[in-house]
Amino acid sequence: MIRQTMQEAIVAGIAEEMRRDADVFIMGLDIGRFGGPLNSCKGLWEEFGATGRVIDTPISEGAIVGAGVGAALAGKRPIVDIMFLEYLPLVIQQLGCDGGAMHYYSAGKARVPLVVRAKYGVGPYHGHPYDFHAWLMQTPGVKIAVPATARDAKGLMKAAIRDDSPVLFMEHMALYHGLRDAIPEEDYVVPLGVAEVKRAGRDVTVIASAAMVRRALAAAQALAKEGIEIEVVDLRSIVPLDEATILDSVRKTGRALVVQETVCFGGSTAEVAALIAERSFRDLKAPVRRLGTAYVPVPFARSLEKAAVPDDAAIVAAARDLVSQ
Amino acid sequence: MVTLSLDEGLRLYRTMARIRAFENAAEEASRGGVSAFGAALSASVRVRGPLHLSTGQEAVAAGVCAQLTTADLITSTHRGHGHTIAKGASVERMMGELFGKVSGCNGGKGGSMHIADFSVGMLGANGVVAAGIPIAVGAAHALKLRQRNALVACFFGDGAINRGPFLEGLNWAAVHALPVLFVCEDNRWSATTATGAMTAGDGALARAAGIGVPGERVDGNDVFAVHAAAAELVAQVRAGQGPRLLHAITYRVKGHVSVDPATYRDGEEVDRALQDDPIPAAAARLRAAGVAAEALAQIALEAEREVAAALAAASAAAWPDRAASYSDIQDTGSDRWLV
Repeated sequence: MIRQTMQEAIVAGIAEEMRRDADVFIMGLDIGRFGGPLNSCKGLWEEFGATGRVIDTPISEGAIVGAGVGAALAGKRPIVDIMFLEYLPLVIQQLGCDGGAMHYYSAGKARVPLVVRAKYGVGPYHGHPYDFHAWLMQTPGVKIAVPATARDAKGLMKAAIRDDSPVLFMEHMALYHGLRDAIPEEDYVVPLGVAEVKRAGRDVTVIASAAMVRRALAAAQALAKEGIEIEVVDLRSIVPLDEATILDSVRKTGRALVVQETVCFGGSTAEVAALIAERSFRDLKAPVRRLGTAYVPVPFARSLEKAAVPDDAAIVAAARDLVSQ
Repeated sequence: MVTLSLDEGLRLYRTMARIRAFENAAEEASRGGVSAFGAALSASVRVRGPLHLSTGQEAVAAGVCAQLTTADLITSTHRGHGHTIAKGASVERMMGELFGKVSGCNGGKGGSMHIADFSVGMLGANGVVAAGIPIAVGAAHALKLRQRNALVACFFGDGAINRGPFLEGLNWAAVHALPVLFVCEDNRWSATTATGAMTAGDGALARAAGIGVPGERVDGNDVFAVHAAAAELVAQVRAGQGPRLLHAITYRVKGHVSVDPATYRDGEEVDRALQDDPIPAAAARLRAAGVAAEALAQIALEAEREVAAALAAASAAAWPDRAASYSDIQDTGSDRWLV
């Protein structure tokens, strides 16, 4: 085992796949000599730059992702770093409408092995926090990976690169340079579409991803002192959604709290809540509860940001309320 | 035609005749297929939905694609039947696709606006104006990284130069000296709006020059001129000199879509354009070079027969099985939405 941050683990995963498969290459803004914003590509230029496999691009997000689709169609396995998820709206057409649909429209003949990386999240960088992944839930054919730990991030990145479909890979900035995680030294992948129970519990299932997994685990510690045991399901992928793990947990606890750092309306919390209502309604002891950011643009001031984003206390309160029903 | 053999000339003529026959048949088969521009839906329609016909623009597809090999790739537009035929796709399978039959080159899933044939290097039509440009650039980048001796011909219309991907894509291709031949197939109409009135400056070539992509302007209704200009530019691209742009000026003789009577434009303009039909013009040149009228008539007849057979095959083919609706989608992890 070695100990790495999420940023280090992701870059290590990319480097390993680039060594393993000569068709893998990466392109994006400021990823060359500069090493990428927040060191998102640190060291890749030094190792692979001379062979043209680390490509600095102009500020042309649409063209970069469109070119990723084209390069994938022509036999490569591109990784595109668009910097921030806030720019996803600029590339929805290329990633969602073209990349997602090519396999289908070609009746299975074309494949688009493309990974699009994007940083996001409320946290220490106070900029570009937007999590727009729900926009891509409406374009069938694109997968969405959303790691909460460094170990998962590396394994999911390697799985995403080896996958023959377009994958949006989300990198939460509050987790990026935070805790170090024990990373296996041997080659491993975390399959797309497989959630993980990060903490077992009998009373309430909390379904979360990314930074909200950390918050749910902190809430679990606080609640344990009151004798309330929550089970934390880390989605790890939004698409494919691991329905079995969610439903198994809800059948056990009978209570579900879905937490995301996005607005609830029309997003993945709604999707998970609907899944539980459709498939596990009779197992529920209380109505499904959702927690998300307020239905407002992410505000800047600390006080406003705090008011808009669910914190540990909000998770504790919601779980406590569910148990009381 | 100085550098063109008679055989090559006839091959260009044959490609144009095949595209024209296809477009005419597709237009006929789509009558009653869409309720728009005052047209009514018909219960007996064979091709549903609007078709963007390339009638009258055949010389661009034929002249450019004649300079390509099977290893070369193309990207196309919503008006993509001609490019697809010229790149070598099967007319029968294309007609099947327009009908939405299982015999279609995309199993009926793509239809006219997503028609594609990867087996001949045709990477797809696209319903979004200019969307093929970055795809072409990325494919060219892949060819370069894979050290393939091939290029990408990227067809787009005059309306596309007013979209961001034109700037982004050309810039990218120029920066990396990628093997792309950009082909602006200028039919002078952006849907129902005359492009000239909507476009500042001197058009595609001037904008490309500003990005450092040289090129040529050519009469897009003169297949021999297109062929010659494409030869020159393709040679430069193949020599590793970077991307080039061919601005081929033609005319959209039909409406924006098959049912659009294009009443918004001047009838005299259309009449003049019809006098400049690229197929009779090529026929006259070939006749002057000694080709018998019967030989040209025979080519047209064969094209009509090929398309008639394609129509019959498409009519006879089965509809895709209902289950095919749910296949060829990257696994979503659930069958919840696929039933």
